[in-house]
Amino acid sequence: MTAVATQIQKAKTVLALTSNYAVAYAVKAADVDVVAVYPITPQTTIVEKIAEFVDDGELNADLIHVESEHSAMSAVVGAAAAGARVFTATSSQGLELMHEVLHIASGLRLPVVMAVPARALSAPISIHGDYSDLMNTRDTGWITYIASSAQEVYDTVIQAYRVAESVLLPVMVSYDGFLMSHTTEPVELNDEEEVKRFLPRRERPNVLRPEKPITMGAFAMPDWYYEIKYQVQEALQGSLKTIEEVDEEYGRTFGRRYGVVQTYKMEDADYAIVAYGGASFGNAREAAEIAREKGIKAGVIRLRVFRPFPTSYIVKYLSGVKAFAVVDRAIAFGGPGGGPVFTDVATALWMNGIDVPGISVIHGIGQRSMYVEDFVKIYEMLRDGEKNKVVYMGLRL
Amino acid sequence: MSLPKVHEIPIGGIITEPGSSRRNLTGGWRSLKPIIHDDRCIRCRICWMYCPEGTIKEVKGEFVVKGKKYQYKYEIDYNYCKGCGICAHECPTKAIEMVPEA
Repeated sequence: MTAVATQIQKAKTVLALTSNYAVAYAVKAADVDVVAVYPITPQTTIVEKIAEFVDDGELNADLIHVESEHSAMSAVVGAAAAGARVFTATSSQGLELMHEVLHIASGLRLPVVMAVPARALSAPISIHGDYSDLMNTRDTGWITYIASSAQEVYDTVIQAYRVAESVLLPVMVSYDGFLMSHTTEPVELNDEEEVKRFLPRRERPNVLRPEKPITMGAFAMPDWYYEIKYQVQEALQGSLKTIEEVDEEYGRTFGRRYGVVQTYKMEDADYAIVAYGGASFGNAREAAEIAREKGIKAGVIRLRVFRPFPTSYIVKYLSGVKAFAVVDRAIAFGGPGGGPVFTDVATALWMNGIDVPGISVIHGIGQRSMYVEDFVKIYEMLRDGEKNKVVYMGLRL
Repeated sequence: MSLPKVHEIPIGGIITEPGSSRRNLTGGWRSLKPIIHDDRCIRCRICWMYCPEGTIKEVKGEFVVKGKKYQYKYEIDYNYCKGCGICAHECPTKAIEMVPEA
């Protein structure tokens, strides 16, 4: 092979992909064994692409057609219990239908990986994006990433397998429904052989094998149940370290890393917006620029990992600001803080004895348009307005 | 008996030793205990068929009850009988009596 040919071979592959297709390419690179899925928008095109890969012989996996999302999660739980590397994806009502099996996947400590392009919930029926579905999975014991670009979606799915198989917990990778799942961005793909080395097949203890019988999913009396659930809590809390280590190693291997929280101009910020997902983070960054032109020292913190909650980082970045806002694309109905992540951030600060005023902003519900000017207004409210309240932004009140 | 602590239990609530449930004597769940009055038993085997836990034991031997010879009689495995009372309910001769556990 000539030097030029080698160079061409080693040239980076960059494709124009939606976040959904980015997931499919990551799943192919991860060389999964079993994919079980039921179609629901905006998730559907992930599995359409995976089906193409399987049909073309590019991915040697069993693609199981199931009759519901409850069955999809049950099927991957079963396959993971037998030692397979598995994948599924869902959104919205489908994630709700899976809900009880989500607890089983974490309780059985199975390294299931799932993609969730986040979407609003019925009723009224909405096919559009927000994070209502994802936030409802908060207490299921899953590691939860929220990515903000198609590239990050691709990288995170690969990282997710490494994390899941290290800490033996299921992982979901979420991102904006439609705003990311169906918009095209350039995505740099990794060499698949290199991904295989990054994701070595490791022997897992206690998988279902006829030659060494075990019981999974047994009944636990009150004198056993609590300890087994505490193991999940401990593993999930401890997984933050693994998430960071995997991200670092991924960065060394493939040249891209993200951390568990991403910040923008926080070094000298007086006012911070905490956001998650692509649209919120993008708008907040642009708004921070505009606010700085207006003399407001604005910064942005993006939660890349929602569970385990990155408390130490939130405390570190928010303890120095004059006020903060959390932009939630979901409503914690009837709750004390308006939005679910605001409630988490407030708890994280309170638990560490930090008293910084904050605003809980609800926006982008059912994909209500979020404008950069709205985020500029949040910075102005943080500087001049009343704090410690809930603001329903973009609402006709 | 001291039970194992968090880190002494296999993760995921997995039971790694096959057949270990035999050591889990579930008879302790019982509040009512079935007693078989052998003199009223006609060896119809209905209790044996209905018991959901398979705790009715068929014992072979020579048994004479009220002048009748039988090849077997029935006993209850109290290690596993949970006291549901189905046997007593189904017995056509009311030969099984449920009595409170002492």
